[in-house]
Amino acid sequence: MASAEATAEPQGGKRSREDQAAGRGGAWFPRWYWPTFTLPGTLWLVLLFILPFYTVLSVAFGTVEPLFRTPLPVYQPWYWSFGTFDTTLEKFYVSPAIYQEPLIRTFAYVFAASAICLVVGYAVAYYTARYAGKFRVPILLMLVAPFFISYLMRIYAWQSLLQPGGYVDDIWGIFAEPVNWLSGKPVTVILGLVYGYIPFMILPLYGSLDRIEQSMLEAGRDLGASPFHTFRRVTLPLSKPAILAGLVIVSLPMFGDYYTNDLLGSQNTSMLGNLINLAVFQPGQGQEAGSLTIVLMLIVVIPMGYYLRETRRAAERA
Amino acid sequence: MSDVALDPVVGSTPRRPRLFRNPWRKPWGLLLVTLGYLLWSLIPVVIAVVFSFNAGRSRSTWQGFSLRWWTGEPFDALFTDPSLRAAMFQTFRLSIITVLIAVPLGTAFAIGIDRWHGRPARGANFMMLLSFVVPEMILGVSLFLMFTQLIDNLIPLGTTSQILGLATFQMSYSVVIVRARMLSIGPEYEEAALDLGARPGQSLRRVLLPLLSPAILASVAVVFADSVDNFVIVRYLSGTADSEPLSVKIYSAARSSPTPAVNAAATVMLVATITVVLVGYLLYRRFSKGQEPADVGGFAQV
Repeated sequence: MASAEATAEPQGGKRSREDQAAGRGGAWFPRWYWPTFTLPGTLWLVLLFILPFYTVLSVAFGTVEPLFRTPLPVYQPWYWSFGTFDTTLEKFYVSPAIYQEPLIRTFAYVFAASAICLVVGYAVAYYTARYAGKFRVPILLMLVAPFFISYLMRIYAWQSLLQPGGYVDDIWGIFAEPVNWLSGKPVTVILGLVYGYIPFMILPLYGSLDRIEQSMLEAGRDLGASPFHTFRRVTLPLSKPAILAGLVIVSLPMFGDYYTNDLLGSQNTSMLGNLINLAVFQPGQGQEAGSLTIVLMLIVVIPMGYYLRETRRAAERA
Repeated sequence: MSDVALDPVVGSTPRRPRLFRNPWRKPWGLLLVTLGYLLWSLIPVVIAVVFSFNAGRSRSTWQGFSLRWWTGEPFDALFTDPSLRAAMFQTFRLSIITVLIAVPLGTAFAIGIDRWHGRPARGANFMMLLSFVVPEMILGVSLFLMFTQLIDNLIPLGTTSQILGLATFQMSYSVVIVRARMLSIGPEYEEAALDLGARPGQSLRRVLLPLLSPAILASVAVVFADSVDNFVIVRYLSGTADSEPLSVKIYSAARSSPTPAVNAAATVMLVATITVVLVGYLLYRRFSKGQEPADVGGFAQV
């Protein structure tokens, strides 16, 4: 087993170092020494991360009390029934499919917002990595700042600006008829999502673009490629992992987002997150909340898996 | 520098002259996008802070400067409204206790997982990474359902469950930060200490932990700032209104009729997080003098 692993990873300065540490560590540390360190954290996660998931499954695949529709979770998987879960699922595709529009909207908004994040984020990251020069540190600080400003505050700030009679209206009014931005306009919600999550796109892109050597680009240019060609054939492929990682990082929370909509949109723009949020607090909707959460999990499981695989690969390469 | 050396070469490809018009020209377009983005991203926040000093009730029309919404109003200002004051205390209480739980747990986990290899280690690591990337909404609803359904009200919604939830979500941050540092220092220093006769506990206390201190510090700052700003988990686990922290108050107020006192509340959160992160960063620079600056890079990973 161990030798199979060693042959699977032949290029391992890292691997051999680990073997060395493990081999020699055996003399210094009893076998249980390092596992003990991880034990508290692992137990914590089992109790407060895995067990909650299991509760969601038990609620969604359980039954409801017939009068008040309070969920009666079933904790034995062999007694799970999928009837009530099915009823929720059918609201997505059996007429009147009341959940269908929010679901389509979720995908459309997340797609649009992630695309805008990528285009704007790439430009900003590219400029900062390549041309910022002596302004690099202040620009980086400004790029990091949104991470430490509450999301709610940032969206609240926009809500104030977009109010009828707010500053956006004042400026917009010079050119065109006033618009009620907060009356459930998809544009407002999409731009709100972009505003909220774009910092998560810029930093990985910056990290990756910053690592591309200037000499690579010069080589491309020396060999006769146009700036556009150099970008397409050198820069873009080299930053592709960061692009994909960035897209995953911004889209994952967007799929579950409901507060952006609550502050900047209306019922006409509600998304999957809003459905879940409404179900959580409505009496008799506990099961619905569980079932919808499973739908959300099914949506995000692929991007999440991709991201985890990539991080593992990156760790192995390092 | 390289301009001079390369210019003639580039100039001597006459076949496609238009594309080779001065390749080192200033990228005005990119500069405009970047400047535009920075202004777009920060100006709304600045305006929100300024409006906490508005003399009027509006949060969008400026009516002169006053401290009315901080201390002036007898019941509605940030420091006089009992519910906002309680929320402020709740915010800091939750964040400080979360740091005290999540950072030690995360640090120990990162140390152990870096040295322990094998199948169970990989499983534990996978679980940790999963908790790192899972959308907060999913974790929030799951915890809410667990605390309300499973073991009926063993732990009622409120401060305790909020802390448990926050610490679960934040632990992975400190694991990621400390783990990155573990990878960059490697096992050599510890081996040297052990070779020189240190017992395992001594090598941990006198060698490894001091080497890790910048990363531990960074994770304290990040976890604290992130707990102050947390909204999704804390809201679902808040139960009654008196365990709602500032972020939840801002959300509720924003949906009804907010006064500039809400702006003041948001400003307090802003000042708290920025201060902690700045102090953390300065200390970090002192601790890790002469070593690679990994702070911004660490955030980039997150």
